[in-house]
Amino acid sequence: MSLEQELLVRPLTARVNLAAPQDLRAYEASGGYVALRKALKELSPADVQSRVKDSNLRGRGGAGFPTGVKWGLVPMGADAGVKYLVCNADEMEPGTFKDRLLMEGAPHQLVEAMIVAAYAIGATTGYIFLRGEYVLAAERLNKALAEARAAGLLGKNILGTGWDYDCFVHTGAGRYICGEETALINSLEGRRANPRAKPPFPQIAGAWGRPTVVNNVESLCNIAPIIVNGADWFKGLSQGKSKDGGTKLYGVSGRARRTGVYELPIGTSAREILEEHGGGMKDGYRLKCWLPGGASTDFLMPEHLDLAMDFDTIAKAGSRMGTGLLTVVDHTQNMVSVVRNLEEFFARESCGWCTPCRDGLPWSVKMLRALEDRRGHADDLVELERLTRLLGPGRTFCAHAPGAMEPLQSALKFFRAEFEAGVSPTATRVDAVQDLAQTGVLDAKVA
Amino acid sequence: MSTSDTVIKLAELTGKAAAKAQPPFVLTDAERHEIEHEVAHYPDGRAASIGALKIIQKHRGWVPDGALEPVAALLGIGAAELEGVATFYSLIFRKPVGRHVIKVCDSISCFLTGYEDVKAALQKTLGIGYGQTTADGRFTLLPICCLGACDKGPTLMIDDDLHGDVVPQNVAALLENYK
Repeated sequence: MSLEQELLVRPLTARVNLAAPQDLRAYEASGGYVALRKALKELSPADVQSRVKDSNLRGRGGAGFPTGVKWGLVPMGADAGVKYLVCNADEMEPGTFKDRLLMEGAPHQLVEAMIVAAYAIGATTGYIFLRGEYVLAAERLNKALAEARAAGLLGKNILGTGWDYDCFVHTGAGRYICGEETALINSLEGRRANPRAKPPFPQIAGAWGRPTVVNNVESLCNIAPIIVNGADWFKGLSQGKSKDGGTKLYGVSGRARRTGVYELPIGTSAREILEEHGGGMKDGYRLKCWLPGGASTDFLMPEHLDLAMDFDTIAKAGSRMGTGLLTVVDHTQNMVSVVRNLEEFFARESCGWCTPCRDGLPWSVKMLRALEDRRGHADDLVELERLTRLLGPGRTFCAHAPGAMEPLQSALKFFRAEFEAGVSPTATRVDAVQDLAQTGVLDAKVA
Repeated sequence: MSTSDTVIKLAELTGKAAAKAQPPFVLTDAERHEIEHEVAHYPDGRAASIGALKIIQKHRGWVPDGALEPVAALLGIGAAELEGVATFYSLIFRKPVGRHVIKVCDSISCFLTGYEDVKAALQKTLGIGYGQTTADGRFTLLPICCLGACDKGPTLMIDDDLHGDVVPQNVAALLENYK
């Protein structure tokens, strides 16, 4: 298949080359910046917005909010003043490693997206908010931005149209909470990354009090292909596997044979992702359960593998698709330890702004450690369940604590016996798990 | 009275001047130039606060107390505000670190693939725990959020280099590349 044909099937990754990403010339030779030229010369910002809206592209950062609708909330018109476009490239959700691939392997795709999207919403400046550890991505994005600037695709009087817009890479210095949309804006402004109250929503009053759109890397990388190939082409990419359109970067990590990222039609089943593309579990390991898309999603079981991996289907099954990268938990893992690891992460990364999160998460860790060490109290299970409610949606400023409760509540639901085993004063931790294995609690259906 | 003056005065009062006094902090031209370049990307100076702290850290390995006031002045914000930012972000170091900083991913995919054994091997080889620096000033050991390379777990970073599929047996050899 030629690159041209491949781009129609795998628009996000067909160009990806980690060893030597395309420079401006190679990118343009493969159809790059065609969307930008088309948008600037043939389409109004409203036209670009409506094409994206028609495509029903849903945000790939985890929440699945329609990108076109998000853009539609931005005030437009000649008197709208300064506006910002921010790319959320702060990829830090445990188990997620897709945006790195796009930025390291095809940096010009994101740069073009940052210009086309800015045109659509009338942004005056763009920032790619990149986590500080993505050193190679920063280097490659900066090089791509410089090439675009030198070619008149970015900066003053873009392509001779009189439109001025520039875009910069802003690198962070740690802290998971920076990925939360409003915390990210505070961090961009040079403040502590505490989330902000909503409303006002960033589209009305975001960075420096100005209208601001924050979009994920993968979401943005879909924009140029939609402009070139149209909304109907995008909808067709899912091949009827989902009512959503497009491809999705799926992936597998944990003890699977071929861990990695694969671009597939959105709505591909989790079983196909794990078994065909991920090669199934490694020899000697059986699937115990899985996280569909990051640490802040509810565990699903082997019997859920045939579900379509899209936002609505996974939500109906009681979890969230999140970032769409599967983390597989094998049968040798004790779920109390797994959840302890997850909650240690969330406790450490709480920004400390509101009480339920700041105090509740370390409390959960304390109980989980006790249960893991087989010195748990019978009331700990009651207390952990209470925390899943007290730290749940609506109780905290942002989604950090509610997200942290998702794996905990689902582990308590599916693996309660393992938590109860932590209360027993007689069995060792290993014994407890082995006993459970013999009673069939750990039975896994997938090799 | 500036913050640094206050620190010195208090140190004199408590009779610890000789022990506590650090050489006065002076921003180099290179640091000033880089910070000003960073500021130019934003509508105000504050926005460059994290970038400015990273510039100081790049040149000096860490961010000494004395840096806060001159950097804050350059950005047009208060030194206390800058300190609030400096202490919030985990990759801004407020104490001296080793020549090489090891960041061990302790998130879920690396947990499932055995990072705890890698961490134990590192601690045994180096004789230090998280947050500590070896006596020869060569390595500092820190935990870090998911490094976004979960398909290659367990992962770690040494300085700006990402290492995947790390096994405990290879830890000592890996460290040999960092003198």
